[in-house]
Amino acid sequence: MSEIFEKIRKEIESNDVVLFMKGTAESPMCGFSSVVCQILDRLNVKYKDINILEGPELRQGIKDFTDWPTIPQLYFKGEFIGGCDIVKEMYESGELESLFKN
Amino acid sequence: MAIEKEELHKLLSSAFVDSEVTIVDLAGDGDHYRVEIASSEFAGKTKLVQHRMVNDSLKECLGGQLHALSIKTIIK
Repeated sequence: MSEIFEKIRKEIESNDVVLFMKGTAESPMCGFSSVVCQILDRLNVKYKDINILEGPELRQGIKDFTDWPTIPQLYFKGEFIGGCDIVKEMYESGELESLFKN
Repeated sequence: MAIEKEELHKLLSSAFVDSEVTIVDLAGDGDHYRVEIASSEFAGKTKLVQHRMVNDSLKECLGGQLHALSIKTIIK
């Protein structure tokens, strides 16, 4: 188990909602990341933002960890929920709100 | 690096049997696309699995030739 995988695992185990994104919640550096931040804000969900631009190991590490080629990536209770498209669709269908409520 | 719309269409159509593929070139630079794929292969699978299937079919160009891809899957 690589160091970076261990770090990611710790983050998603110790925080209910984790968003791996480009930039920070306060200033997203990518449109797709920004959309997910806006959705979480609208649902009043507190989340931990992790800026993958801070290091190449994390940037590649999260893609390998999830086996998902793009950023952002949303985790809830240690489970991968999806990227921007899935989160958006789940928000529009109300599925995301009920997920967080439970 | 970029990928031609026709090439992308070919990749997706051949990856999913019985599929209808719609592609929009978002920025006109061959680098940012929105794809819509309707296929019976998505039936009974979660959105996450459906998107994984699309990602896998484009594994060779995603992240390299293809910078941004917005995916919508439809069960046919």
